[in-house]
Amino acid sequence: MANGIAIETRGITKSYNETSVLAGVDLAVPAGTVFALLGPNGAGKTTTVRVLATLLAPDDGVGLVAGYNVVTERHEVRRRISLTGQYAALDELQTGFENLEMMARLLQLPARRARERTGELLERLDLGEAAGRRVSTYSGGMRRRLDLAASLLGSPEVMFLDEPTTGLDPRSRQAIWELIENLTAAGVTILLTTQYLEEADRLADRIAVLDRGAVVAEGSADGLKQQIVGERLDLQLIDAATFSKLTSQLGTRAVYHDRSTLTIGIASDGTAATVRALLDELDPERARITRFAQTQATLDDVFMTLTGQHTSATESETTNV
Amino acid sequence: MSEDLHAAAIHATPLRSRSSAWSESLTLIGRSLRLSLRNVDSLITALALPVMLMLMFVYLFGGAIHTGIRYVDYVVPGVLLVCVGFGASTTAVSVAHDLTSGIIDRFRAMDVRGETLINGHVIASVARNMLSTTLVLVVALAIGFRPHGNPANWIAAIAILALFVLALSWFAAAIGIIVRSPEAAQGIGFFISFLAYPSSAFVPIHTMPAWLQGFASNQPVTAVVNTTRAFLNGTPVGSSAWHAIAWSIAIITASIALAGALYRQRAN
Repeated sequence: MANGIAIETRGITKSYNETSVLAGVDLAVPAGTVFALLGPNGAGKTTTVRVLATLLAPDDGVGLVAGYNVVTERHEVRRRISLTGQYAALDELQTGFENLEMMARLLQLPARRARERTGELLERLDLGEAAGRRVSTYSGGMRRRLDLAASLLGSPEVMFLDEPTTGLDPRSRQAIWELIENLTAAGVTILLTTQYLEEADRLADRIAVLDRGAVVAEGSADGLKQQIVGERLDLQLIDAATFSKLTSQLGTRAVYHDRSTLTIGIASDGTAATVRALLDELDPERARITRFAQTQATLDDVFMTLTGQHTSATESETTNV
Repeated sequence: MSEDLHAAAIHATPLRSRSSAWSESLTLIGRSLRLSLRNVDSLITALALPVMLMLMFVYLFGGAIHTGIRYVDYVVPGVLLVCVGFGASTTAVSVAHDLTSGIIDRFRAMDVRGETLINGHVIASVARNMLSTTLVLVVALAIGFRPHGNPANWIAAIAILALFVLALSWFAAAIGIIVRSPEAAQGIGFFISFLAYPSSAFVPIHTMPAWLQGFASNQPVTAVVNTTRAFLNGTPVGSSAWHAIAWSIAIITASIALAGALYRQRAN
């Protein structure tokens, strides 16, 4: 794999009837890492995955997976990837065992090896007892696990997981997360899409925030948080007049405003000295500020800010991200 | 869940090659047959409906219809053709279901060929139809169907029927690719089975209104019904056999071409 990059895209675009879905997506995913595409519904996450998994030809741009072009060398790509879509790709009327065995046969495993590998994966994914039951009797979490087992059958170099935990209860979600963490320990490259910040934060080495078909920010979870405002001091003020006054006084120094709670946020490292200095500066009479709290920016803040879905604007700090 | 599993996952098997079309076909035919057998509702419908239809025509309408021969001998080939229509609608539904569910994405990402997937459905469709055909024939014999054809004629009748089943199955598969939902496939499948009525399947064509006779005498079901009926009853077949074969081959060719083009189009 060239330069140890497992997935690379340059300027991928895709439109449906004049509606642009991907507006030039650039990604680079190092081999053996977990990369999360984070974005709201309709941001183009699934479309990106479909292009990379060779299911959809882009209008323009280049996509390379495991070093092969996703359009011109799609058979080479398909030998090295697996796709777990948003909807379980299983036959309801076949048992868990039959589903996997069939997939294994389609992946060219000899009959005996297919049965062995099926049994092995079912055991390890805690589906051993359910192996003989039809998938129609499976819970949502069991289906996802079976779906993941199917994706592991062919020993892929690159796995695409499209919203792997959407619609799952917390316990099933936890189980899927552990599985994904174990996979990367074995060197598989994983590109996953998610709307859950917590999921990206926990699983991904790097995160790209996708919005309206383009990557609006990219980096590690911590790096992204830094890009916004790492830590800030939130000050709750005594009344609306004070809120307006301080807002104009602080200008762009204030990174957070919430008029409904009369709160203003200012970048701060959280040390006693900084807090004391800020309080003295803004409230020398000790009459304006009723409460204060040191807060850590969450990935939520990053996401909301970047995708313009924030309710109370912090424009000044975010437009240059 | 230990790491060794995943290490094994990556290194245990050599880089896979594309499976042969042959083994892929066998796997997918097996899948479609298994799904057919387990889809109990539609299987029962596929088996029971033709039998009920036959009993209805023979005992309820048959007395009023004059065909020149015993009505049960006249109507059996027609009932067989209606079975084919029902079977076809099931095929269209299965294909549409596959193409609208997540499984098609997985198959494509696994480099499974579209033609082997569709072929699996078609072969399962032929198998289902042959089963319902057999059942109809057994019941027909039990209620007094006494064909006069010799064994060679029987084989010829079955062969003509099987070819037409193959044709309608491919046609149904193409329908399954065109439509956007299994429900729509169901609806269109219903029209396919309706094609048997304005034909010589249940009543002689000369009893129909003049404007319908032209269509009825020249449509494929009539050719197949006349051929099958003649073979089973041991009467002269004439040119209808060639018409039946030509229709079937034409439908197969057109449907495969259509299915291929549509599948490739949908694939992007």
